[in-house]
Amino acid sequence: MATVELLGKQIELDDEGYLKNTDDWNEDIAREIAREEGIGDLTDRHWAVINLMRKEYLEKGDAPSIRRLTKESGVPTKELYQLFPKGPAKKAARIAGIPKPTGCI
Amino acid sequence: METMTQGTAKKKDEREPLEKVSIVISRGSLEGVYPGLIMANGARMEGLDATVFFTFFGLEAVIDDRMDNLKVATVGNPAMHIPTMIGGLPGMSSFATKQMKDKMEELDIPPIREFVEMIHDTGADMYACKATVDMFSLTKDDFCPQVDDIISVGQFYELSAGAQIIFT
Repeated sequence: MATVELLGKQIELDDEGYLKNTDDWNEDIAREIAREEGIGDLTDRHWAVINLMRKEYLEKGDAPSIRRLTKESGVPTKELYQLFPKGPAKKAARIAGIPKPTGCI
Repeated sequence: METMTQGTAKKKDEREPLEKVSIVISRGSLEGVYPGLIMANGARMEGLDATVFFTFFGLEAVIDDRMDNLKVATVGNPAMHIPTMIGGLPGMSSFATKQMKDKMEELDIPPIREFVEMIHDTGADMYACKATVDMFSLTKDDFCPQVDDIISVGQFYELSAGAQIIFT
């Protein structure tokens, strides 16, 4: 666990760099983590994924499966992997300020 | 100094992370195909490169007019806990298949065709084994469009350079 300063705010992260408290999240922090992940500027398509990840987590306590994510966000699998290269579910979860997804699918 | 707690296990940060997997799917029953597909999809989710090689009856998972009709084997599998004679009764395999498909839908595991499409869309490469294709007198047209090519075992090994090969 580590505490880092993000945009002038002290934020607690877990061992893998996910926000410890989902409430610490805001859109500026999302942009900052996205930059750090090498994703660059977040487009509307990124936000469609990020917002759905957050919503599902807050409602159900876990991130959605990739299948649900693509169906509900309207972002198809191919595009999802282009938006968040090298592990879309993990990266989108980190940017969305929620814990690492636990599902296998 | 840190002491080792488990045999030759290295500390987490000293281990080389996996970068690439090549998964061989060699069986054609529903329960024979899914593990390989789930592992391939999981590899892509983790950001690893993935190649899937379908061989022998594993080809059933990518033959266009068969892939929607794969069945669970109810005979010869003690873990099913169905006596062999009963497992062999007409309809048993269909029944077990329906049960498994319902459960999978509940867990958001896609049907074979959708799963193959999805995994291919993640950027995984999919190949059919040439020896089996010849043996069963198949052609490229018999396969779903996600099959990138029909390749020999030699080509498979070449493509798997630097990968961990997983046989299922």
